[in-house]
Amino acid sequence: MLCSKLCGMSRDERVWIKRNYGNCSGCRRCEIACSLYHEGKIWPEASKIRIFMIVPGVEIPHLCFQCEDYPCVEACPTGALSVNGKTGAVNVDVAKCTACGQCIEACPGNVPHLHPEGNYIVICDLCDGKPKCVKACQEGRWNTLMLIPREKEVSYRTLAKTPVELTHEVARQILGEETAKEVID
Amino acid sequence: MRGYAGKFLEIDLSSRNIKDTKFSDEVLRDYIGGRGLATKILWDRLGRKWETVDPLGPENILLVLTGPFTGYFPGTKVCVSGKSPQSNGVIGSTVAGEFGVDLKCAGYDGLIITGNAEKPCYIFTCDSQVEIKDASPIWGKKARETLRFLVRKSIAEIKDIRPSHGEVKEPSVLYIGPAGENKTRVAAVVAKYAHGAGYGGYGGVMGAKNLKAIVAKGFGPVPDPYDKEKVIDLAQRFSERNFKMERFRRWGTGGGGYFFGAETSSEPVRNWQSEWHNKESYRKEEFDKYWVKKYWGDFGCPTTCLKLAVLKTGRFRGAICDNPDYELEAYLGTNLGIFTPEENIYLSYVSNELGLCGIQGGAVLGLAAELYEKGILTKKDLDGIELEWANVEAFAALAEKVAFRKGIGDILAEGVYRAAIKLGEIKGANLLKYAVHEKGVAIGAHGVRSGEDFISQNIAYACSVQGGDHTSSASLPIDQGGELSSIMADSAVFCIFAAFGIEDNEKISFYEAITGWKLTKKEWYKEKALRILHLQRALLLLGGPDAKWRPKLDDDNPPRFWEPLPSGPYKGKTLDRKKFEEARLEYFEAAGWNENGVPKAETLRKLGLEDVEAKLKDVALIK
Ligand code: SF4
Ligand code: SF4
Ligand code: SF4
Ligand code: SF4
Repeated sequence: MLCSKLCGMSRDERVWIKRNYGNCSGCRRCEIACSLYHEGKIWPEASKIRIFMIVPGVEIPHLCFQCEDYPCVEACPTGALSVNGKTGAVNVDVAKCTACGQCIEACPGNVPHLHPEGNYIVICDLCDGKPKCVKACQEGRWNTLMLIPREKEVSYRTLAKTPVELTHEVARQILGEETAKEVID
Repeated sequence: MRGYAGKFLEIDLSSRNIKDTKFSDEVLRDYIGGRGLATKILWDRLGRKWETVDPLGPENILLVLTGPFTGYFPGTKVCVSGKSPQSNGVIGSTVAGEFGVDLKCAGYDGLIITGNAEKPCYIFTCDSQVEIKDASPIWGKKARETLRFLVRKSIAEIKDIRPSHGEVKEPSVLYIGPAGENKTRVAAVVAKYAHGAGYGGYGGVMGAKNLKAIVAKGFGPVPDPYDKEKVIDLAQRFSERNFKMERFRRWGTGGGGYFFGAETSSEPVRNWQSEWHNKESYRKEEFDKYWVKKYWGDFGCPTTCLKLAVLKTGRFRGAICDNPDYELEAYLGTNLGIFTPEENIYLSYVSNELGLCGIQGGAVLGLAAELYEKGILTKKDLDGIELEWANVEAFAALAEKVAFRKGIGDILAEGVYRAAIKLGEIKGANLLKYAVHEKGVAIGAHGVRSGEDFISQNIAYACSVQGGDHTSSASLPIDQGGELSSIMADSAVFCIFAAFGIEDNEKISFYEAITGWKLTKKEWYKEKALRILHLQRALLLLGGPDAKWRPKLDDDNPPRFWEPLPSGPYKGKTLDRKKFEEARLEYFEAAGWNENGVPKAETLRKLGLEDVEAKLKDVALIK
C-alpha cells in the first residue's frame, strides 16, 4: 500500500491473475476447477484456462490477460464482448457471438478459443472476482497462479503472449538456451 | 452405465478395419476396466489357444484401457496390457499422463488393437475421427524427435479439423522408442519424456505391430459420474490428504536412492550382489543441483511427486529426465555401481530416449556387468565395451546396442531371464543364478532379504501374478491390501501415489458414486478381485510359447535372494526357506489354489470361471 502511494500508483478494486510459468506442475487442477464451475463437468477443452504442453516439463497456463485496451472487444463486430465494470474481465454474450474468430485474431496472445460444443467463444470471466483456478493452484501450493490487485499503470497487454511464445521463453529459462532449442525447433 | 464413455475403439492393423466395441454392464461390473477388463478380453479372445500365442506376433492384442476413475479421481493413469513378452501372462502396466482423459473426452474407454501393420504406422484419433497414419518419418527416431514430430503434426491436423477453434492444445501421445520398434522385451510404452508403462514389455508389442504411437485428442467432457456432488466432495477430501504429504511432494520417490540403501538395505547394488550402500554422494540433497524447482505431475494430481531434472552444463549437457525417481536411481544408478546424480540423470535420459524401461533395461545392463566382472562376458563379446561398474559411458553404449539389437544387444534385448539362458547356452554355464527376475519380469528395486523395506514379505514377488512388478506385490493376509488392492488401482485405474491415506472403503464409496453400482469390500476381496486374480494366474501358468512356469517350483524367489546379504547393518540376513514355503502355502490356500498354486476346480466354479476350469483340465494342470 505504502509502496504504491510512494511511487504514485493508484489502484482500483480489480484483480489480476499473475502467472509464474516456471512453477506450473501441469496438474491441470485449474482446468478442472474452471470447467466444474462454469460447465458443471470436468471438461478440459471448455475450460477458460488451458495448460499447453508443447514440450513436456514446460507447462504453460494460458488465459486472458485483460489487456488495458481490450483489442478483442474492439474487434468484435457483433458486440458480443464487453468489459465487466466490476472485475475488468471480458464478458461474452454467447447469444450475440457468431464464432467469427475476429477476437482471436485481434488478441496479442491468441487467448480466446471456441467452445468445443457451442458455437461461441470462451474467455476468462475471472469468476466474478473470485477465480476458481487460482484457488485450485493455491490450495496445492504450486504458486503458479496468484491473485494480485490490478494496477492502472501496468501494461498487461505486453504480457499477452501466445502459447508458443511463452513455451520458448519458459523453456529457455528452465532448460537453458541450447537444450530449449533442441527440444522445440 | 455411468463413469464410462460407453464404447471402446477397436482397430485391426492388418485389415485397417476400425470399429466401436461395447461390453455389457455385467462384464464391466465384474472386470471394471484397466487390468481387470484387459485380462477378461484376453481370456475371451485368446484364452483357448494362449500357449501358442506369440506375444510379439500378430495374434497378440494390445490393450490401452482407462477405468471408471479416469478423470474424476485425482491423479490419472492409463493401463496398457496384452500378452506379456516378459511373463507370457497378463500384466496390467500403468502410465501417468493425460492420455486416459483425452481418450475419454474423445468418447472412448479404451483401445483394442489387433493384428499388425504392414508398414510403420501410428493411430490418430480426434474425437470420433480415427485414422491409421504413416509413421515412416519417425521410425527409428528417439523419444524427443518422435514426440516433437507428432505434437507438431497433430496440432496442425486438429487445426484442419477445427479450423476456427483458435489455438489448439496439443493431444496426448503414447509412443515407443527404438527399443520398442526392435521388439525388445525390455521396452516401455512411453508418455511425455520419462513416463513409462514398463512392466510387461508392451513397447515391444507395439513394435511387433509396427505401431509407433497413439495420438488422442478429445474435445468432449469427461463422462458424467452417477453422483457428481459426492464424487467431487470425495475427490477434494482425498486431495487434501495428499496436499499434506509434504515430504513426498517435495522429494517424490527420489529420496529413496539413499534411503533404501543406507537405511533399509533393500536397494539393488551391482546386480543385487548387495542391497546396502551409504554413499553420501547419493543423498537426496545432492540431486537438488539438477532439479528444476517445481513439483511436476499429471492431470488432476494433488501430489505432483515427479521431479524434473535437467543437466544444463558439463559433459552431459542436454539431458532431461524425471529424475530423481527411485526406480531409476536404483536400476540406472546403484545397481550399476553409479553413485553420482549427474551420471544417474544422464543414463536415465539415455534410457528414456531409447524407449527402454528403466527397470527391465537397467536390470539387463546390471546382469551383463556382473558377467563381465566374473570374466564370463569379455570385452570381445561386448564389441570392445569395457563394462566396468560405474562406467556410465559404457552402460550408455550398451543400452544403445540393446535398443537396436546390435551385437550382444540382440541377446540382452531379451531381458534378464531369457538373456541369462541364451548366454548360458553359449558359455556352457548356468547363468540363471545371476538373473534377478520373477516369471521373466526383472524385480522392482525393493529387495526382501532385510525385511525392512515397505515390501517386506518373502512371497511378495514369488506369488505375484505380475511377477517382479513391485506395484503388484503379494502379501498375507490376502484380503488386506496386497495384490487384490493393486487390482483395484489398476482396474479402476488411478495412481497409487495420489491415493495416500485413502482407505479401501473410501475407494469403494468413490466407485459407487462414479458408477452408481453397488460394491462392498467383501465382494471385492472375496469375489471380484479374486476372479481377476484367478484369470491372471491361469493365463500365467498357461504361458508359452517360449517360456512356461512350473507351478510351485517357479513360484520361488530368484537364487540371489537366497544368498545372505554380504554387507551393511543386515549383513548375513537372508530368507528362511521353511518360513517361505509356509507363507507360500498359506497364500495359495487363501487364494483358493491347491498346494502347487493351481486354481482349484471348486474355486473356479464358485467364481463362475467354468471355462477356465475346462482349459486347465485340457492342459492337465487340473487333474
Ligand atoms: S493449478 Fe497451477 S500448477 Fe496446476 S496446472 Fe494449473 S497453473 Fe499449473
Ligand atoms: S468470435 Fe464471437 S466474440 Fe469473437 S469477435 Fe467473433 S462474434 Fe465477437
Ligand atoms: S488477452 Fe486477449 S482476450 Fe484477453 S483482453 Fe487481451 S485481447 Fe482480449
Ligand atoms: S478466473 Fe475463473 S473463468 Fe478465469 S480461468 Fe480462472 S477459473 Fe476460469
